[in-house]
Amino acid sequence: MKKLGLVGVLIVLLGALCLGSLALAQEQLTIGLSFPSLSMAWFGFLEQAVKEKAAQLGGIEVISLEAQDNVATQISIIEDMIVRGVDGVLLVPIEVEAVVPAVEALNKAKIPVVTVDRRIKEDAPVEVLCHVGADNVEGGRKAAQFIVDKLTEKYGEPKGTIIELTGTPGAGPAIDRSAGFNEIMKQYPNITIKAQTANFRRDDGMKVMEDFIMSTPQIDAVFGANDEMILGAIQAIEASGKFDVEEVVTVGFDALPEALQLIEEGTLDATIEQFPGRQASTAFEILVKYLRENVEPESKIMLIEPAVITKDNLQEAEKSIQ
Amino acid sequence: MSDLPETKKERVSLVEQFFILWDRIGILLAFIVVCILFGILTPVFFNPLNILNVIRQVSIIGVIAVGMTFVILLGGIDLSVGSVVAFTGIIAAGFQVKWGGSLFLSIVIPLLIGGGIGFLNGFISTKGGLHPFIVTLGTMSIFRGATLLVAKGRPISGMSKSFRFIGAGMIGPIPFPVILFLGSVIIAAIILRRTVFGRYIYAIGGNQEAALLSGIRVDRYKISAFTILGFLSALSGLILTSRLNSGELVAGEGYELDVIASVVIGGTSMMGGEGGVYGTLIGALLIGVISNGLNLLGVQPYWQMIVRGSIIILAVLMDKMKRRFRTA
Repeated sequence: MKKLGLVGVLIVLLGALCLGSLALAQEQLTIGLSFPSLSMAWFGFLEQAVKEKAAQLGGIEVISLEAQDNVATQISIIEDMIVRGVDGVLLVPIEVEAVVPAVEALNKAKIPVVTVDRRIKEDAPVEVLCHVGADNVEGGRKAAQFIVDKLTEKYGEPKGTIIELTGTPGAGPAIDRSAGFNEIMKQYPNITIKAQTANFRRDDGMKVMEDFIMSTPQIDAVFGANDEMILGAIQAIEASGKFDVEEVVTVGFDALPEALQLIEEGTLDATIEQFPGRQASTAFEILVKYLRENVEPESKIMLIEPAVITKDNLQEAEKSIQ
Repeated sequence: MSDLPETKKERVSLVEQFFILWDRIGILLAFIVVCILFGILTPVFFNPLNILNVIRQVSIIGVIAVGMTFVILLGGIDLSVGSVVAFTGIIAAGFQVKWGGSLFLSIVIPLLIGGGIGFLNGFISTKGGLHPFIVTLGTMSIFRGATLLVAKGRPISGMSKSFRFIGAGMIGPIPFPVILFLGSVIIAAIILRRTVFGRYIYAIGGNQEAALLSGIRVDRYKISAFTILGFLSALSGLILTSRLNSGELVAGEGYELDVIASVVIGGTSMMGGEGGVYGTLIGALLIGVISNGLNLLGVQPYWQMIVRGSIIILAVLMDKMKRRFRTA
């Protein structure tokens, strides 16, 4: 009898839940966000930008679930969103290929999907309404060019030893940023690049930099493929006493608020701004416009041009406004 | 193994002798050999600054490994340590930056929370009769989530100068984290070797049934061990947060593996009852030295992972071999 009662209660609860969500779906749009991990400041910022845009547009419920940077989790999150009956999905795929089946399922359920920041494999047999993203290769090129200019200023010609802290091996942005960076650096035979991964993490950035400081007699510049790593590297340089942070050219990537603060203080020389807020809100707007007014975006890909942020143009950075 | 019966000693073969020797100084020997090798390959390796770097890098993992030695000696395991590092770190950062900036609270509260989580792990696994692997798998997820919740998905940065001393300060030429690490090794060694508490831990780990029958309150010792580990994980969280000048959300991810590896490489048996904290010290240093040496040489991190994995397996294999020879 007890069991029966429990089952009864469960059924009633489930029923209420279904009715509740149905009622919601009729009144307003429900949009699912699936980002690799909200524990990374970067995606936390994207999420916030989307939520702000949603509040501005009105009548939109945003569901955001944590995938812990795990592809399998992300796939099941998308499946859950389909079951739940979301109207559209804003997706940052963890990996280019593995989420393809989940996007196929979204297509089958006729739920439109827009990708931000990271793309799905280009020739995958799936329909993506639009991709809004940054040009990571171009960002890498700009970072490299900035360092080259600084070294030319210092030595009269581009030469010296540069440490490159690369991101998580295999991750799209890590590959692209490094490719753009090295494309420029290759043109200068007097520049030596020493590269090592620090997994996009601050603690690793610090550790790897400590070891580079020991093994490298002269360091002219450090490029971190994200700000977390360059922030760790700067701590290591400051603590070492061997090099002066002001002397070493340091460049990060992502324009995190902390990095911008260090630029203002003069410890960090530059960071690359990819305008993630603009990316996320643009993508979200495209999705909503399609759902409400059935307007398709002009092009399938929108790349937002990255910018080098230094002390001279700090106000251009998105996060400094907040 | 010095107290092998006389009759057995006579029949000791060369192989057996090797493993008896290995049991005592094997890991230390391996450590010295690795150090000399790196010293030859890259002269900066023995630079005092580099040596301090390594010990400081190791201290964050090492402090936890000291606590883990207690738990593994009792035949347990704790997977939640990395999450405890992140959670206590973010709480410390919170007290530093958001909730008043009191140095006292930002140290004491995280340590209490760490100890509390350890107590919880021990309490649930002993009183609930669950394997600690499962319980701590659960708390690992719970406190990673709690970290995100408290931090609202963003790192908390900008510690005070006094708080930064914990991770970045020096006492004379010695970094403060190194003092915390070596201090906890020495205290743990004294507890394990010179106190009743320590003897009972070996007794329980060696044979739980016998310990129960002789009236030792096994559950209490297990809960205490987990509490010590939780406390030390929180200490590590404080060091990391202070050193990075930031409460990081991904802090401590994967630490459980390095910690358990340190303990096992150091010769503490996963079956419990055997090993000690000096072995753990060498185990942690060995892992740190390998990563540092390969970095100095500019070796790809992929190789580092392969080397580390191989060493873990080798260490456990040696452990198994020496047992076989002992009982033979």
